[in-house]
Amino acid sequence: MGMTMTQKILAAHSGNETVEAGRLILADLDLVLGNDITSPVAIKEFKKLGKDSVFDKDKVTMVMDHFVPNKDIKAAEQCRVCRGFCSENEITHFYDVGQMGIEHALLPEKGLVTAGDCVIGADSHTCTYGAVGAFSTGVGSTDMAAGMATGKAWFKVPDAMKIELTGAPGRCVSGKDVILHIIGRIGVDGALYRSMEFTGEGLKRMTMDDRFCIANMAIEAGAKNGIFEVDDITVEYLRLHGAKKPVIYKADDDAHYEETLSIDLSKLEPTVAFPHLPGNTKTFAEIGDVPVDQVVIGSCTNGRLSDLRIAAEILRGRKCAKGIRVIIIPATQQIYLDAVNQGLIKVFIEAGAAVSTPTCGPCLGGYMGVLAEGERAVTTTNRNFVGRMGHPGSEVYLASPATAAASAVAGRLADPREI
Amino acid sequence: MTYKGKIIKYGDNIDTDVIIPARYLNTSDHKELAAHCMEDLDKTFVTRVRPGDIIAAGANFGCGSSREHAPIAIKASGVSLVIAESFARIFYRNAINIGLAIVECPEAAKALAEGDTVEADMDSGIIRDITTGREFKAAPFPEFIQKIIAGGGLMQSIADGAIG
Repeated sequence: MGMTMTQKILAAHSGNETVEAGRLILADLDLVLGNDITSPVAIKEFKKLGKDSVFDKDKVTMVMDHFVPNKDIKAAEQCRVCRGFCSENEITHFYDVGQMGIEHALLPEKGLVTAGDCVIGADSHTCTYGAVGAFSTGVGSTDMAAGMATGKAWFKVPDAMKIELTGAPGRCVSGKDVILHIIGRIGVDGALYRSMEFTGEGLKRMTMDDRFCIANMAIEAGAKNGIFEVDDITVEYLRLHGAKKPVIYKADDDAHYEETLSIDLSKLEPTVAFPHLPGNTKTFAEIGDVPVDQVVIGSCTNGRLSDLRIAAEILRGRKCAKGIRVIIIPATQQIYLDAVNQGLIKVFIEAGAAVSTPTCGPCLGGYMGVLAEGERAVTTTNRNFVGRMGHPGSEVYLASPATAAASAVAGRLADPREI
Repeated sequence: MTYKGKIIKYGDNIDTDVIIPARYLNTSDHKELAAHCMEDLDKTFVTRVRPGDIIAAGANFGCGSSREHAPIAIKASGVSLVIAESFARIFYRNAINIGLAIVECPEAAKALAEGDTVEADMDSGIIRDITTGREFKAAPFPEFIQKIIAGGGLMQSIADGAIG
């Protein structure tokens, strides 16, 4: 039987000609990632093994992004543990304040992942790199520790779900609306244990930023990974970012998929996930008056340059509604600089938004925009579980940058097509 | 391995943000994490959980973030076993890696009620509700998983030479 893209990458990394769903394999890793929350636990576990150093100092990366610039003394201590470990082990790709970005925006930008790679990261949104045609999945700190020590990880080869995109998206419909639509359709465990394999002629209408956003939220459907077929757009992105030469795996014609989903992009509309699950989606025909206290535009899902551009297009010459707090966070230093050079930051500040250095902060209710009881936020982040952005009695509405910016102007959840 | 305790019951899609809210992730101290376990879902959990207690929950338990702090908080609270209809995959892996026993058994997860006393033998996969007398059959743990859990987690087991 033929193999999917994911299965081909796993076969190639485990010394097998072919693999099939359900098989346990031990795979070689091209990159092992951790952040300031998950790495300290991994470092503690790593030390139990009594190894002198990591398996390859170029293939382990740590990014300080969740609670930095340090939100409190404990967060500072955690970063110090990471900094010390990376210095002792001479880790090449250690990113601290001033160079860092939100990990899943930063790594592709720095050219650290390429098509055909096998990557683990101690962060659930590690599935983002499927956008460049890599097998990439989130793990916990112990798996990260074992990966740092041995350069290997065990996997159960996943079944697959094929997602075939056709058509072209309409006005104000972006990658975020595509993935929210999918999660709404299949549910938050609709792709549990499976890979989501994105293909179809509609791919050419999806920019790299759209693809990063879609692959990023594969985990919110329970998937092990999301992966995009590599095309000219991917290859050009990898070239521009100085990534290693891509190794392109195409699915076999007779590859097996447990389920196939066809999505006509032209039928999609701006989509919002209501509290408290990413699968609880609605389109504006079903949305009434929802006043909003805070808007956040940023995160590993939607803090990229095109996201900021869309937000700036809507905010240019307008003001954020009275009484609403708008927080905009470019995902990396480079994106921040580009946004400065393109005049986007000026637009945001003139509109009355706060702009911050890159951080995951508000997405997980860490800091930089924590909600009080009863408050509502429209955000471009990826999760809206109870208490995700602050008080357990607060509410998070997940949406695209266009919808979030339109809501900032309207002071309520607003359809960007109306502006 | 046999686990015995009272059931604490939860629903579907119990995510890692409610198991251990991110505001407490500035530490990896097990006791401190346990002190806030389930806080945003069930404030009574930390006061009523007793050593050996068993969580029974619905589908997709542990969805969301990859934070290993979630199974650590549950284990450090004294919970001996989590029975669910299904688990989110990262949580499943993390739980085994840190030595928290977990098992998928939709029938048991649905039928077990809050406060029931339950005994689970994971060598045979038999889950017995002592309160109601009902019995359920789950797949027993494969041997290597038994070794990891008994050895206190993946790294400890590798270091001790129990697996390799």
